[in-house]
Amino acid sequence: MQATSDEALISRIATGDRLAMQALYARHHVRVYRFVVRLVGNTTVAEDLISEVFLDVWRQAGTFEARSAASTWLLAIARFKALSAMRRKPEEELDEKMAGAIEDPADDPETTVQKKNKSEILRKCLTALSKDHREIIDLVYYHEKSVEEVAGIVGIPEATVKTRMFYARKKLSELLKAAGVDRGWP
Amino acid sequence: MIASRDKAPEREDIEALLPWHAAGTLSRRDAERVERALAQDAELARRFELVREEMAETIHLNETLGAPSPRAAQRLFAAIDAEGARTKRRTVSFDFSGWLAGLIAQLSPRTLAWSGVAAALAIVLQAGLLAGLLLGKRGASYRTASYGEPTASAQGAFALVRFNPAASAADITSFFDTHKASLVEGPRAGGIYRIRVAANTLSKDELAKIVAQMAEDRNVVAFIVPAP
Repeated sequence: MQATSDEALISRIATGDRLAMQALYARHHVRVYRFVVRLVGNTTVAEDLISEVFLDVWRQAGTFEARSAASTWLLAIARFKALSAMRRKPEEELDEKMAGAIEDPADDPETTVQKKNKSEILRKCLTALSKDHREIIDLVYYHEKSVEEVAGIVGIPEATVKTRMFYARKKLSELLKAAGVDRGWP
Repeated sequence: MIASRDKAPEREDIEALLPWHAAGTLSRRDAERVERALAQDAELARRFELVREEMAETIHLNETLGAPSPRAAQRLFAAIDAEGARTKRRTVSFDFSGWLAGLIAQLSPRTLAWSGVAAALAIVLQAGLLAGLLLGKRGASYRTASYGEPTASAQGAFALVRFNPAASAADITSFFDTHKASLVEGPRAGGIYRIRVAANTLSKDELAKIVAQMAEDRNVVAFIVPAP
C-alpha cells in the first residue's frame, strides 16, 4: 500500500481538507522542529515556530507548485520563520540543554579526550559550530538535501553551498583538533 | 607534473561532493565520478570515511533533539479552526449577496432603475466613508474618494485596483498601511479605484514589481494593474 504523496496532501490542504493537514503535520513536524531547534537553540520558541510554519502551509497550499519537494518547501518556510524570530529576539537566551552541550573546545582538551569518546566529542563540536555551519551540515547530512535543494532553502548559489559546506567541515575539524582529536584533515 | 596539476582541481571538485555522496543525494553521473575517484585515491577514501563519521554523528545529534509537545499541534489546529470559522462567515456573506442579486432580478424595470440610483448613491457614500477612514489622520472629516488634490495626485506612481468584495474596511486599511499606498480617485466604473503606490515616479519594472506584490494580497485585491 502506497502512502499518499506529500504533493497530493498539499493539493487537498489547498481545498481546506483538515485531515490532509493532520497527515502532513504527522509526517514532517518532527524533522521541521529539529531543524528549527538547531537554528534558534530554544525548544519553546521552536514549538511556537512550527505551529506558524504549518499554519503558513495551510494558508498557502494553493501556491505550492511542486517544483521542489514538500519537505524542502517546509524547511524553507521554517528557516524564514526562525531567522525572523532570531531578529526579533537577538538576546534570546539559549535553551539550557543546548547551552549545556556547548563547551569551550580549548578548555582542557586532554581531560575531555579522557572523559569522552570521539563520537561524543564530535557531537559537542557539531553543536558548537556557527548557525550557518550548523544549518548546512544538518541540511546535507540529516535532512538529505541535494546541493540544489540547499541552495533553494538557504537562498545562495550552488557553488556557495559547496564552499560553505567545505568551510563548515573544516571548522569542525579545527574544533575537534582543539578538543584533542586530530583527524589529519584538512 | 602537468597531469597531476590538472588533476588537482578535479580532486577538489570531487572532494567537495563527498558529503552529498555520503547522503546519497548526488545525481547518478556525479555519484559514478566520485566512486571512480574513491577507488583510485586512498587519501580521498580516507577523507570519505571522515565524512561518513560526521554524518553518523549529525544524525545521532538530531535524533536526540526529541519532538515537539502536543501543545504545538493544539495551537496549530486551533488556529486552523479559527480560520475555518472566519471562512464560513465569509461564505454566509457571499450567499447573502447572491440572494440579494436574485431579489433584484425579480424587480420591475422601473423599480430596478430607482434601485440603480440608490445603489450608485450607496457606492458614493461607501467611497466617502472609505476615504474618510484613510484620510482621517490628515484631519479630513467627510469627503468622497473621488475628492482630489490635483497637485498631490499628479505626482508619484499609480495603479488601478478593484477590491475583493469580501474585504472589510479594516482589511483595506491594513493593505494601504502595509504597502504604504494611498487612495487617489474612485470608484470608477466597475468599482475601480486609482491608488498611489509610491510618492515618486517609478520605472515600468519597479511599478510592475510593486503591483505584483500587491496582487498577492488576494484577500483584499481582486484585480490590479499599473496605471499611467
